[in-house]
Amino acid sequence: MNSFKLSLRMLHRDLRAGELHVLIFALIISVGGMTTVGFFTDRVQLALSRQGNQLLGADLVIVSDRPLSQRYTGEAVKLGLNTSSSLKFPSMVVKGDDNILVGIKAVTAGYPLRGELRITDEIGKAASYRNDYVASGIPSSGSVWVGEKLAARLALKKGDIIEVGEARLIVASQITLEPDYSIGFINLGPRLLINAIDLPATGLIQQGSRISYRLLISGNAGLITTLRSWLQPNLTSGERIQGIRDARPEIKSALERAEKFLSLAAMASVVLAAAAIALAARRFTMRHLDGCAIMRCLGARQNEVLYLYLYHFIILGLVASIMGCLLGLLAQEALVYWLSAMITVELPWPSLFPFIQGVLVGLVLLLGFALPPLLNLRSVPALRVLRRDIGISNVYSLTGYALGLGALAVLFLWKADDVRLGLSVMIGFIVAIAIFGLLGFLLIKAISSVRSKAGGTWKYGLASIWRRANSSVIQAVALGLGLMALLTLMLIRGDLLQNWHTTLPSDSPNHFLVNIQENQLQPLQEFFKQNDVLQPSVYPMVRGRITSINGSIVVPDNYSNTRAKRLLKREFNLSWANEIRSDNQIVDGEWWQSRDKGKAVLSLEKGVAKAIGVKLGDTLTFDIAGSIFSAEVSSIRKVDWDSFRVNFFAVTPPGVLEEYPTSYITSFYLPENQMDMMNKLIMAFPNFLVIDVATIITQVQKVIEQVTKAIEFVFLFTLLSGLIVLYAAVISTQDERIHEAAIFRTLGAKRSQLISTWIVEFSILGILSGLFSSMGASALGYVIGKFTLNLPYTFNIWIWLIGLFVGVIGVVVAGMIGTRSALTSPPILVLRRIG
Amino acid sequence: MADNLIINPIVQAISLTKHVKSSDTQLTILQDINLEVGIGEAVSIVGASGSGKSTLLGLLAGLDIPSSGKVYLNGEDIFSLSEDGRAELRGCLLGFVFQSFQLLPVLTAIENVMLPLELTGISNVRKIALELLGRVGLEARINHYPKQLSGGEQQRVAIARAYVTHPKLLLADEPTGNLDSSTGDQIVDLMFELNRERRTTLILVTHDESISSRCTRQIQLASGKIED
Repeated sequence: MNSFKLSLRMLHRDLRAGELHVLIFALIISVGGMTTVGFFTDRVQLALSRQGNQLLGADLVIVSDRPLSQRYTGEAVKLGLNTSSSLKFPSMVVKGDDNILVGIKAVTAGYPLRGELRITDEIGKAASYRNDYVASGIPSSGSVWVGEKLAARLALKKGDIIEVGEARLIVASQITLEPDYSIGFINLGPRLLINAIDLPATGLIQQGSRISYRLLISGNAGLITTLRSWLQPNLTSGERIQGIRDARPEIKSALERAEKFLSLAAMASVVLAAAAIALAARRFTMRHLDGCAIMRCLGARQNEVLYLYLYHFIILGLVASIMGCLLGLLAQEALVYWLSAMITVELPWPSLFPFIQGVLVGLVLLLGFALPPLLNLRSVPALRVLRRDIGISNVYSLTGYALGLGALAVLFLWKADDVRLGLSVMIGFIVAIAIFGLLGFLLIKAISSVRSKAGGTWKYGLASIWRRANSSVIQAVALGLGLMALLTLMLIRGDLLQNWHTTLPSDSPNHFLVNIQENQLQPLQEFFKQNDVLQPSVYPMVRGRITSINGSIVVPDNYSNTRAKRLLKREFNLSWANEIRSDNQIVDGEWWQSRDKGKAVLSLEKGVAKAIGVKLGDTLTFDIAGSIFSAEVSSIRKVDWDSFRVNFFAVTPPGVLEEYPTSYITSFYLPENQMDMMNKLIMAFPNFLVIDVATIITQVQKVIEQVTKAIEFVFLFTLLSGLIVLYAAVISTQDERIHEAAIFRTLGAKRSQLISTWIVEFSILGILSGLFSSMGASALGYVIGKFTLNLPYTFNIWIWLIGLFVGVIGVVVAGMIGTRSALTSPPILVLRRIG
Repeated sequence: MADNLIINPIVQAISLTKHVKSSDTQLTILQDINLEVGIGEAVSIVGASGSGKSTLLGLLAGLDIPSSGKVYLNGEDIFSLSEDGRAELRGCLLGFVFQSFQLLPVLTAIENVMLPLELTGISNVRKIALELLGRVGLEARINHYPKQLSGGEQQRVAIARAYVTHPKLLLADEPTGNLDSSTGDQIVDLMFELNRERRTTLILVTHDESISSRCTRQIQLASGKIED
């Protein structure tokens, strides 16, 4: 059987004649777009997590309250990973007669492994970030680097001597940026960085000291994973691993949303590719009906005809997919080059996986969506050579696309890597196709029924739509789907970015004040007033430890969950409030009424409730400064921890906790140019614990900014795929239109008449696809926003306006461009060619 | 009738009838057609438009299926064969010339001529195709696409394609219908020459009296029936 050879020759001839350009173009761009997204997301995700790792100071950190086993370092070194260690503990620092409680960090060479440590020589100047530089190492033995607050409180200058325990150390520099600066009471407030070599001399490391030991590890992502899986079974109680995802909830949720969005964008380009391929293959089939009839007449068997084109398409699919992958490789390289200014870490070369994935996806798409129309070529009746009007069997059958849709479903689940997201998008598209198809047919029928009442141009335009009812519906559905994918992406993208920026507006609170006493509330208020800082809300805070749940004594070590152990060992911050906070949301039970004042109930944060296994109706007993306090859990709350606002794990109604020792806490935004006020505040209220989260907020905002840029870039690719669908849709009826135009012009129709007829036809198609896309995008946006990205949905009139506008303008412009040759080529040539 | 003189008919139609359903009425296109064509004959089927000429040709070639009746080609009952079986039979037995030429627009002249041979899996077909294109006087235009050729030239390519497989039977459907009279005459001359040279049997549908008269026998169709 040499039909393969013949197929190759036919492919060559079809290529030469330009028959396959649309299909190849659609395939290359869609696979190209897809693999760009694939390569790009791979590398960006890596970059993002590395960026996140800068906040951790490493790729992986092991934390413990006891010295860490040397085995961990040994194993990491054996794998070829870099290590460094640090110890953190609170201690008094003395200068002359002045002393202060400081968070001390002792580090070994190599610290930090990720991110940068920046210092300045201008000690004591608030916010002297302008003259800072990247530290070339760690403080040399005998010298220390001080935090801004410590410098301010002790009025330090370069060369001053401070006493740390029994050691006397020289102040060398001031720290301006510390990578692993985290929220946690031990770390905040005044800070000091020393060389671990000086630790023994301080005499501070003794039995019972509150020390946090850390082992920092960095290196190849694969090796890190290997080490992580080796570590997990080997860790002893009290030791835990921190990766970026474990450490920073705010970065974690930003990363997860970004990943979800990028996979959505990839899926949108898959849908667009499917639509473009279905349209292009349909056109290919239509144009080859005659040829197949002739071949059947000349003796070709049915399967011979089919195989001829099947081989055709497989070869085409392979070649175009590989070309698409190469395009994707180039595009992502360009992108990485462009992003390199922002991504400070080096990206590894992408793996072969996106390449294989690209070729597979290309083939699956091509065969899934080109096969149904192609199968029709098998059954073209040979009689078509004598009677051209017969034999256009149903090229449109929707059932034929079941294969393609099935393939698409599998692709979705695979690419989304999130069954719920994949399924919701998939089901959304299937329902949309069914509804659009039916609606399109009914609308076209309704519009056409009024055509006898319409004037000349309208009459012919409407007649064209109706005559091509099937193609018109197919075109409108394909275009509608394409536009829907774009609009959905746009909608979600807008909401996503908006949501991010509102969670962290530029005036997010960047300082916390803890340990405010009741009699200081009034003076603090006045202080803020004098310094022109907006008076922030102040929240009461009572500290207590959970002693029993439903009457049974709590033994923290009996919990297998590490988080539960930690939560139950330490003191909880309890507070009271009348109204629920806007960034809190009740997920179970009910918030209290004002008449419940004094009632012993409490609202518990969801994550805590889950960790310690408490549900609605359970009774918690706390030990508050030696007194016992019991309350029933009356509601479970979800708290938006990303907002950097003051929040509490447990809240009661007013009139319950007031009798216990209470301090107050507040958070406020202090612009960088008012940092001097901080020094005054510390002087005025020496007992306050000041927590500065400005650095963290800046870093989180930077990550969000980069993710935004990445998303915008990926979005451009989806847009390009959308244009190809538009082109494929318009060109799919180009032949019929050119033929009709020739007849019209032979019969004396003027150019202007033809043009307006087409404008009517294209506008109706545009309106239909615009309508479909807006409907679909609104529904899909609602579902995805609500169930997977956890974004609130608001009705967006712009989606409808943009959908209709882009639909009409896009289809009319592309349609006129695609059909213009019908106006310029002499009718006789066209008619002769059609025969 | 001379029918019973034919000893070895290459084509034999027995009680061939074709109805088509048009909305709620049934139209009879052909009714009870019986004919035999012997090897080497040149038979014309003539009649007015709508008399069923092309339908008869389609049935004789196995391109269409009759409502009842049989057709034997070279002794084989073609409607007992599968669709593919008929295609195979056409490939080795028949050649076609159509009114609208029916060349593949994506193929050049020579490629169009090579196609039937390629479909049967014969290799080294270019030489055979070149030879035939030379015979129809198109050696200078072998690499032209159909749309670059005049109507007469396109029909010459079609004739070359029809003869390239050495068919026993050539079926022609209004071969001059799309051509002016002088070009049409040249095409008919060419067909008859090749017919003689290659001892092909010819069945030709036409409504042109002058062409019809050059055939050895005429079959007159009227309202789907053969007129004696």
